[in-house]
Amino acid sequence: MSLTAAAATVAHTATTAAGATVAHTATTAAGATTTAADAHGFLSPTGVEIAFLLVGLVTLGAAIVTVTTRQLVHAALWLVVALGGLAVEYLLLTAEFIAWVQVLIYVGSVVVLLLFGLMLTRAPIGRSPDADSGNRWAALTVAIASAAALVWVVVDAFRTTWIDLDGAAAGSTEVTGKALFQNWVLPFEALSVLLLAALVGAIVLSRKAKATPATASTPSGLSVSAARSAKAANTTPANETPATETAPNEMPATETPDSGTADNGTPAGATADPDKGGAL
Amino acid sequence: MNDALDVALRLLVVFVVFLTFPLIIGQTEHKVMAHMQGRLGPMYAGGFHGWAQLVADGVKFAQKEDIVPAGADRRIFQLAPAVALLPYLLVLLAIPIGPGESAVGEVIDAGIFFVLAVMGVGVLGSLMAGWASANKFSLLGGLRTAAQLLAYELPMLLAAASVAMAAGTVSLPGIVDAFEWWWLPWQIVGAIVFFVAGLAELQRPPFDMPVADSEIIFGAYTEYTGLRFALFLLAEYAGIVVLCGLTTVLFLGGWHGPWGADGLGWVWTLLKTAILAFVVIWLRVTYPRLREDQLQKLSWTLLVPLALAQIALTGVVKVVNP
Repeated sequence: MSLTAAAATVAHTATTAAGATVAHTATTAAGATTTAADAHGFLSPTGVEIAFLLVGLVTLGAAIVTVTTRQLVHAALWLVVALGGLAVEYLLLTAEFIAWVQVLIYVGSVVVLLLFGLMLTRAPIGRSPDADSGNRWAALTVAIASAAALVWVVVDAFRTTWIDLDGAAAGSTEVTGKALFQNWVLPFEALSVLLLAALVGAIVLSRKAKATPATASTPSGLSVSAARSAKAANTTPANETPATETAPNEMPATETPDSGTADNGTPAGATADPDKGGAL
Repeated sequence: MNDALDVALRLLVVFVVFLTFPLIIGQTEHKVMAHMQGRLGPMYAGGFHGWAQLVADGVKFAQKEDIVPAGADRRIFQLAPAVALLPYLLVLLAIPIGPGESAVGEVIDAGIFFVLAVMGVGVLGSLMAGWASANKFSLLGGLRTAAQLLAYELPMLLAAASVAMAAGTVSLPGIVDAFEWWWLPWQIVGAIVFFVAGLAELQRPPFDMPVADSEIIFGAYTEYTGLRFALFLLAEYAGIVVLCGLTTVLFLGGWHGPWGADGLGWVWTLLKTAILAFVVIWLRVTYPRLREDQLQKLSWTLLVPLALAQIALTGVVKVVNP
């Protein structure tokens, strides 16, 4: 994971937080929130506000460690802490539904996918000296700029809005669902089209990867391992097992933690393993 | 003060359930497997119907040395069992066993989402263990765990969504409140999909490729000994309790039963949960392990379409018979 990507993660985390806060506050603005700031002050914070601030600090700290640590899997695990902290923030903002969805999607699926990808390619135990990027200053600039823009927008939009914690839950599933499918249904549908495009894109990519080794009479663009397996398949036509079951051939390409910082030269992601299921 | 006492009492009860029920399941598994497979230890240990087998297991685990491999990532290796076990404690908080607010640890508005989200977190423990062990078999186990979770989370969610649609709420007590007996045939496909996907998420046979002891030597848990290994086992049994409780609450009507509606609802919940737990153990003893590609195929080509069909059926019935 280059620092650029990691910084983008932080920016994205901030985006998620700010975006959901916007949506949530907009949801509740009509109902249980009070717009009078006079009853609330910054000088005498309540327990919930203090907790909100502390959890926010922990989240920020975890996000910073995520982008600065040199240990790839540790970065993914710190991301769990950051995303979980965000879920707690949602809870404190009474957006219960969004909090659980955050845990379900981000902690339960996205991080698992991330860890899966790391383990499948390269996940050495210990530091990776090459886990750095020359773009670190550009990445930092982009991250700070996007964070500043988001903070400014959110603060400017909701500076006097306060959530009433004593009344009925302002972010319950019912309220969120109504807001989502009445006021915000167009963005929702646009997002689903975006997801559909991503799905189609994933299918297109995987189809290409599958077609390449099959038609590889000239394995010039292939990595060593894939070429070897393709050659093996060509030279031993008597072998009746289909390509999906040549898992043992593929396994040495997967870097294991034992290899430490040693790099075998071919990023295993480039071995174009046509059937990951077979290798598992 | 009264509120604080109430909350403390509920937490205590849930904690006691968390400590005892998985052990009961464990002892039941010993006994059921012993009867089905003719194993001798669980029949004779301690003299009276093998009552001491579980105690002996516990003593054995406690005696073993706690070893961390030299090449392992020490902190993550040690943290992993806790990450695997604790989510199930949180899930137990949300499962209602009787009618009314007094029979659930904590009423949660979006209960289904809470339960499924937190159950998914438990898998992180296996992933951490698999990676941090510095062992190829463990890494393979971790990879299989991740692939399995990604495949089976979707049908499980879809099946749960079907019940939520039928009940018109995502709160667990709300769903049981809305239950009618004819939901059983109506939601039976969703129930089977949910239960099977849950078994796969718990990595129980026939879906135990991630721990397959005869090919990758217990996968992510290869390097674990003593109490930490016991914690992983405990997480598995707690997972059985949670899965069976959830299936009961979502699909089998929880505390509803032919009789005993007044005050004895919790007996029904526990009875249904116990029968399901027996089925889980029974499946372990009778079915061989699926192959990894068969496992992926089962999820993507059978369970996901079935769950989608169930959602469509639920929608049609809801519109026709509102």
